[in-house]
Amino acid sequence: MTVDPPWALLAELTHGCPLRCAYCSNPVELVRRSRELDTDDWRHVMAQAGELGVIHTHLSGGEPLLRRDLPEIVAAADAAGIYTQLVTSGIGLDAERLSALVRAGLRAVQLSVQHADARTSERIAGRRRSFAAKERAAALVREAGLPLGLNVVLHRDNLDALDAIVELGLGWGVDRIELANAQFYGWALLNRDHLLPERGQLERARDTVERWRERLAGRVELVWVVPDYFDGTAKPCMGGWGAVSLTVAPDGTVLPCPAAASLPGLDPPNVRDRPLEWIWRESPAFNAYRGTAWMPDPCRGCELRTVDFGGCRCQAYALTGDPARTDPACHRAPDHHLVQEFTARRTSDVPQPLPVPRSYRSSPQPSP
Amino acid sequence: MSPWRPALARSVLLRHDRVRGTDLLVLPERVVVLRGPAGHIVRLCDGRRDVRGIVDELGARFPGAPVADEVPVFLGKLRDEGWLR
Repeated sequence: MTVDPPWALLAELTHGCPLRCAYCSNPVELVRRSRELDTDDWRHVMAQAGELGVIHTHLSGGEPLLRRDLPEIVAAADAAGIYTQLVTSGIGLDAERLSALVRAGLRAVQLSVQHADARTSERIAGRRRSFAAKERAAALVREAGLPLGLNVVLHRDNLDALDAIVELGLGWGVDRIELANAQFYGWALLNRDHLLPERGQLERARDTVERWRERLAGRVELVWVVPDYFDGTAKPCMGGWGAVSLTVAPDGTVLPCPAAASLPGLDPPNVRDRPLEWIWRESPAFNAYRGTAWMPDPCRGCELRTVDFGGCRCQAYALTGDPARTDPACHRAPDHHLVQEFTARRTSDVPQPLPVPRSYRSSPQPSP
Repeated sequence: MSPWRPALARSVLLRHDRVRGTDLLVLPERVVVLRGPAGHIVRLCDGRRDVRGIVDELGARFPGAPVADEVPVFLGKLRDEGWLR
């Protein structure tokens, strides 16, 4: 099978983060800071990624601004011909740091926000005074003339505030707003009962997005990341396994998607041990669900198999215990009832449990 | 009104992709693959040449190609997308 080069690299520079969002896309077992790749490791990753054909890198985390060597990493990516975008909470961004990043070749910034109301945003993020920091960060990025995107993870506690969220983005002068319905892996899976919205909320939110799209056409791009639990269709997760994008975790583990660390038997490769080209083209992990040969029924005979690629392996594993089954989000999946059990509920009838905030878990430590 | 002198929008980067052997426009969340002569055309959008100048230069470089009809339409499409200003 011919393997096309990857377009994008998600660089999780650290799992350290000042925020404690209950839907964090990082794995539940966070990588500790002492195990992170160093500056030279990341320089080497970026050089190899450029050679391999990577065009974009999203410098993410955790909070990538916690890495003091962020400008060096940006410069290494830029030297490799890779377009760099910083994905940040905004906390820790000041004029001096931003100017160092721009000098190093930073091209664009994506800023997270939790809600348009400062106090609610801070409650969701688990961090006081974080909203004002975001507002300052947005202003700095606009002053620097960089493209600015807002990303908002949507769930039960902010879906009803979409109008205010879009207005906030417009007030901050953003070019793009990504409205991403929470995807249930890792922390979000752990907090699913806290986050899961009601169908009516989603329908109203979808109408709101349509109205804004008409008003903003050609000015500000609105992206709606579908709530696959409710849509009855599987999402083309990552554009296909090992097809478009790769993720390098803080400790150098390379994954086809940021949630794949949870999959059993994957044995993910590490940039400390292997060249990135081997990892992308040859490693068993990147070939495990590549293409269509691995697919079970009904995907195998389905005309959508090259459109949705069988959906998401991590979701199949999370809901059925078997990563090679059809994504239960698909209405044709034999396990679709597992998703329907959740979406059929009215959240107003179900008490909302408190969230488990993202944190380093007290996993067993090696004895001294 | 002075004639339009096309230039890349600030957030758009034009680069050659050696691995895939093609020209690309790179944006914060998107890559546009420039097929055929599209890369040659965009490379002339330097903010100094006007559309007429771009057409003349391409006409000299590709004699017989329908540049006078097609290039202004192509540039207009790129401006509508927000990739040229």
